Amino acid sequence: MALHLTPADLAMRNGDAGAAAAFAMQILTAFSEALGAQALLDISGAHIDGCLYHGQVSLDFVEKLVAGGGRARVLTTLNVGSLDLIHPELVRLSPEEQTPARRLMQAHEALGCVASFTCAPYQTLYRPKFGEQIAWGESNAIVFANSVIGARTNRYGDFIDLCCALTGRAPAWGLHLDENRRGEILFRLTGFPASLEPTDALFIAVGLIIGTRSGERVPVIEGLLPPRDEDQLKALGAAAASSGAVGLFHAVGLTPEASTLAAAFGGRVPAEAIEITPAQVADALAQLSTVPDGVAISAICLGTPHFSRAEWDRLISLLRAAAPDRGIPIYVNTGRETLQALEASGALAGLDRFGLIPVADTCTYITAILERLDGVVMTNSGKWAHYAPGNLGVKVAFGALEDCIASAAIGRVVRG
Amino acid sequence: MIRTGQVYAGGDAAGAALVLTDPLSFWGGVAVATGVIIDHSHPQVGQSVAGRMLVMPCGRGSSSSSSVLAECLRLGTGPVGILLARPDPILTVAALVAEALYGLRCPIVVAEIAGIITGDQLRLVTTGAIAQVILTR
Repeated sequence: MALHLTPADLAMRNGDAGAAAAFAMQILTAFSEALGAQALLDISGAHIDGCLYHGQVSLDFVEKLVAGGGRARVLTTLNVGSLDLIHPELVRLSPEEQTPARRLMQAHEALGCVASFTCAPYQTLYRPKFGEQIAWGESNAIVFANSVIGARTNRYGDFIDLCCALTGRAPAWGLHLDENRRGEILFRLTGFPASLEPTDALFIAVGLIIGTRSGERVPVIEGLLPPRDEDQLKALGAAAASSGAVGLFHAVGLTPEASTLAAAFGGRVPAEAIEITPAQVADALAQLSTVPDGVAISAICLGTPHFSRAEWDRLISLLRAAAPDRGIPIYVNTGRETLQALEASGALAGLDRFGLIPVADTCTYITAILERLDGVVMTNSGKWAHYAPGNLGVKVAFGALEDCIASAAIGRVVRG
Repeated sequence: MIRTGQVYAGGDAAGAALVLTDPLSFWGGVAVATGVIIDHSHPQVGQSVAGRMLVMPCGRGSSSSSSVLAECLRLGTGPVGILLARPDPILTVAALVAEALYGLRCPIVVAEIAGIITGDQLRLVTTGAIAQVILTR
């Protein structure tokens, strides 16, 4: 059945709301037709992943919308850019490289988007609510919004997220609709000791495994321990969206659309049931490190996705206890809103002597921030460990936050 | 051999197949300047998608892949066409934007990919929503 457009959709496509809205609606309807969507639906928010400069095409697209008088029609937040506008001195890009990256971030603001520049908009004032229809880009944000909050978005990519923001519409398709949110494949934690602790590493490993094995299917996890806080589910989702294409997962008893196993599957029978064993968890984690224990490290990278206030609080107490003094930089990516609140509270005072370098608006694995790329970088992020070797050419050691800070204190990789 | 497929982005294209055994994320997985696969965890790391007919099960990972594929298409380092086993909206929008901004077409077709091997000559011919996938060896 063909895509049915309302008179308002057609009017917008014909230019009644201006040239930019018409262009956005043309792309959106072509995209929706290609998906096989039958209609568009209203959205109440958008999150745009187009601020990261990937080349001339990024700027050509957004500046065409600005020139056409485009404005976001719904609350629209921005994902990270290629620059830290709060700490410009940290960015190791030439002026020629910085100019288009800055223009791209500014062009999005000119469209009426909120200058949030964070990949964790769900931990800001702009957190969506259960059941809300939204159009989000950024794979970790998508999986968190769908899974942990129960808001509804597809895995929107660059360009189309902005087309949704400028039209206030999205295809009535995929994860926007009840029938596509039910679980399809079951992952069951099996063989773990009763004393199993809800460590960050466990959640990341489970994320990596479900990402690798789910394909396009909605995974349901049974037997996962209650997390210490939502940051562990954030790490799980980020890992699942790095190793695979997961846009929504259910964790039985933990996430809002999975109060029971039956609820998670919406009455259907799982197409496949897969066991997650302690050996698989160990193997998934081992694959995140390209170096063994004991090697010297040149930096620590934290905050992928962007650190929440709760993650900062854990880090700050670890830093004060370990007091690393070897001059190893500890980069921490976070949203500017979170950072400004922290600085205002005085919580960061004096931490620079331990090597702490807060990074806002961007992320250390996508742009030139790190002072040294020749050594080993240690991270507590499954996502950073997955992408950084390819993006930056660095060697990576993965470890828990506690291990990262202990390693910074002695200058080599230790894992507890 | 001729197969019928479904069109996600239109256009006609021909080239030598590069068959990926695993899904590929363009973002973090492909170097824009060359089209070479740089994802170390990918079985076909080191091969180039430039000028090839890319064949894979589906896309994977980051939603930034739309920009990376569109920029590859602008620079001429992208594939000439993409044949998938399952639809991928993130790659689809990249092809639509490259056409809207630059008039460059990279057909994206979903069809049976079993039996296609790297080096096969593949031609995609799209008519509306229907594609013909023509394979010669």
